[in-house]
Amino acid sequence: MADAANQVPDRIPINLIVNGNRRTLDVVPWTTLLDALRDHLALTGTKKGCDHGQCGACTVLVDGRRINSCLTLAVMKDGAEITTIEGFARDGALHPLQQAFIDHDAFQCGYCTPGQICSAAGLLAEGHAGDADEIRELMSGNLCRCGAYPNIVAAIQQAMSRP
Amino acid sequence: MINFQFSRARDVADAILLLTGHPGAKLIAGGTNLIDLMKENVEQPSRLIDISRLPLRTIEETADGGLRVGALVPNSGLAYDPLIEQRYPLLASAILAGASAQLRNMASVGGNLMQRTRCAYFYDTATPCNKRTRSSGCSAIDGLNRNHAILGASNSCIATNPSDMSVALAALDALVHIAGPSGERTMALTDFHRLPGETPDIDTNLEADEIITAVELPPRGFASNYSYLKIRDRLSYAFALVSVAAVLELEGNAISEARVALGGVAHKPWRSAEAEMALRGQAATVEHFSRFADSLLQEAKARSHNGFKIELARRAIVRTLMQAASATPQSQAHKKIA
Repeated sequence: MADAANQVPDRIPINLIVNGNRRTLDVVPWTTLLDALRDHLALTGTKKGCDHGQCGACTVLVDGRRINSCLTLAVMKDGAEITTIEGFARDGALHPLQQAFIDHDAFQCGYCTPGQICSAAGLLAEGHAGDADEIRELMSGNLCRCGAYPNIVAAIQQAMSRP
Repeated sequence: MINFQFSRARDVADAILLLTGHPGAKLIAGGTNLIDLMKENVEQPSRLIDISRLPLRTIEETADGGLRVGALVPNSGLAYDPLIEQRYPLLASAILAGASAQLRNMASVGGNLMQRTRCAYFYDTATPCNKRTRSSGCSAIDGLNRNHAILGASNSCIATNPSDMSVALAALDALVHIAGPSGERTMALTDFHRLPGETPDIDTNLEADEIITAVELPPRGFASNYSYLKIRDRLSYAFALVSVAAVLELEGNAISEARVALGGVAHKPWRSAEAEMALRGQAATVEHFSRFADSLLQEAKARSHNGFKIELARRAIVRTLMQAASATPQSQAHKKIA
């Protein structure tokens, strides 16, 4: 370990626009966006599954694009707009994707669901998925160990057809 | 993950200055591979230099009719760029065969070139690995080497390069633009990654104080006859056992130019100029492509668990070339192999 790394750097002040609210926090450089959301801002809807970008449970939208928050340093997202699962419902009304996941029973334990819904929102915004095969391929970064995949695809197809 | 210092580079010159001033520092852009490796303590940089806000995000026409892709263009931005889709569909296809939508949104073009092997022993700090620590030994040579190299390996390292994008770039004869303390230079993509030799800890010919600024695509995109076929243990979101990027130029059914790069089989994208030359003037047939595959794989060497990859590669080469010849490229969403 190099000498510089032995000194704990000062915390770095950053601003995040989280679900429309401006939040200011002080983070050490190695704080991931995932840990900042969960541990600093108490937004525990975003899940820590594998913490290595392999499961997709930590998926959030940053400036409208879906990413793995576990592989992102919070300090690098200073000024960014973050949408987590807590930002989907509006005035008590479920987001169409949330409603579609309920309508199609698209989860069992629910642990992957926040990441699935954030990822699906990113997929819809990107506009590259037409048929079920394309949805499956472009959702392949979100694992569901309960195996609710057919219902997840059906839920996303419902949300696509009723924008 | 160890503690580290953090700096944000103001421009490319500042990034180079920070690199030269802080030995042990690393650049970070998308971070998808670096942060993962830091969590495993495989990478232990003393400082991260954030280059993600540098103005290297454009795709521009070059004077000779090619494209210059900024090093910070996200993988997804490159794959879905209309100019890339129209003129370099092989590249778009290869990128969409790799990683997940989330990772492609984060990962940069330059970072894709710098990503490290996914050899399980490289990731496991409890085992010896010459790539992690020079001269510590290789655990894969007599270990679980089912995914490992069949070409260009050494007695020090049999790891493979995991990139799909680089395989397409190799077939397209892409160039890498590099900036450093003594100015700018350009390197062929096929010269960028190294074979392991006795120094597998050095993946590329990029110097420690240099930064990738762009990848340049030459004018010829082979948009009519191309295919990227990736064979892996599951249909999506897995690294290649074998992948093949193939492009052809045809006059009737006769081949006037063929380029084939292999992924998943070596420490770098694998091409053979001699084998490609021998295809010129030949008809695009299974027989000729089989002979080409034998030639490209002539020096393939099996380890204890990966011998199947030689035959897998041979068949994948023939199949991909037939897809290219018949202008029916492999779909990355509809997985049936035609």
